[in-house]
Amino acid sequence: MRVITAIIAIAVGIIILAGYFSPAFVDLQTLLLNWALILVGMAALVGVFNLIMVHADKISRREKGSIYSAFLIIFLVATLLFGMILGPGHSAMRLVLDGIIVPVEAALMGVLTVSLLYAAIRLLRRRADVMSIVFLVTAALIIFGSATLPFGDVPFIGTLIRPWITQVLALGGARGILIGVALGSLTTGLRVLFGADRPYGGQ
Amino acid sequence: MIEFGILLSSAFLLLAVTFWKRKSPARLREIPALTNLYRAIGLSVEDGTRLHILLGYGGLLNARAGSALAGLAALRHIAERTSVSDQPPVASAGDPSLGLLAQDTLQAGYQAAGVGELYVPTSGRVTGFGPFGFAAGAMPIIQNENVSANLMLGHFGPEAALITDISDRENVLVIGASDDLAGQAVLFASTQDVLIGEELFATSAYIGAGTTHAASLTVQDILRWLVILALLGGAAAKFVGVI
Repeated sequence: MRVITAIIAIAVGIIILAGYFSPAFVDLQTLLLNWALILVGMAALVGVFNLIMVHADKISRREKGSIYSAFLIIFLVATLLFGMILGPGHSAMRLVLDGIIVPVEAALMGVLTVSLLYAAIRLLRRRADVMSIVFLVTAALIIFGSATLPFGDVPFIGTLIRPWITQVLALGGARGILIGVALGSLTTGLRVLFGADRPYGGQ
Repeated sequence: MIEFGILLSSAFLLLAVTFWKRKSPARLREIPALTNLYRAIGLSVEDGTRLHILLGYGGLLNARAGSALAGLAALRHIAERTSVSDQPPVASAGDPSLGLLAQDTLQAGYQAAGVGELYVPTSGRVTGFGPFGFAAGAMPIIQNENVSANLMLGHFGPEAALITDISDRENVLVIGASDDLAGQAVLFASTQDVLIGEELFATSAYIGAGTTHAASLTVQDILRWLVILALLGGAAAKFVGVI
């Protein structure tokens, strides 16, 4: 069974890859990608089911914080039911989105700002080396250079240093990192195509 | 046609280096974060605590698939090595297809260790959809499930700070790697051990995943040198007016 799944996965991978280089494979590539999209849609349902199973298990074991798991299941099922009955475009469903989900995400964004500031303050205590100092000094220069002040840009920092850091140093560094990530993705993909990595199971 | 050439030569290089590496053992340069990761895996088995592997919210049908697959490759070997622990590892994902693959990968790891019957399906979890949903769902695991180390291997953005913050408060070790630049900056500022850039893809080789993984690191190094030479050659050609 594992050999068959590996053969299917490798064959599908090669066909989809071939579709980018040869027009003869484009139709087959599109068909396979459409199948993949349907499977991803089904995976979302399985993911929701997995979420319910994990939290139901927490409730049945009376684990710490299980009250939140109960809330999650109740509101998940209620939203699903109302969504199916009323439709996603109904005003009540829009209210759920605009009145709960968006503010909660905005609140998390606010918490994130504080967390990042706290992390920056603690950076030198955690790792006191040259790179940490460079990181903090660069961050400070960018913040001062970007800040909107009553008298306009901070002279020299806002007009010269910040553009030079962002457009020369940061851009060059970012491209270097992204090239490294791309090469890593390439070799990882090749390992999957060769069947050396089998994220779809098998030993 | 250039892309096809790069792909074909990379595939040939990977095969050749894999066969070459089988004869001589791989020598890897030291990366402190990965040394600590190796230690954390051993410690979690010894002191009966849990490892939490966060795979991020990168899907498999977009450009983030590379980091997701790298995380899964590491998960496979971590599961195999820690499956006999009192507290088996937990994997969390913010994408449903990645969550399914995490379950399958964990199960494969348990079976490879010969303890397939110990596998619990709820140890591979979809904690929420999207960046904040994923982070909000992963945070209670760190607080409530006796976790000793968080291994963040996948696609994470700035919301990674929420996870590292709660780990800090719970005294949980964090080893972080992301393919996202903002995520890497946040992990650099908020964790003791961070993997930058392509180091994410080296994780499985450093935890003993095998010859192919070590060979792929050598191929990455060769390709990186080729890119450097191409950039320098291009700059020189432009300078002398050839292009």
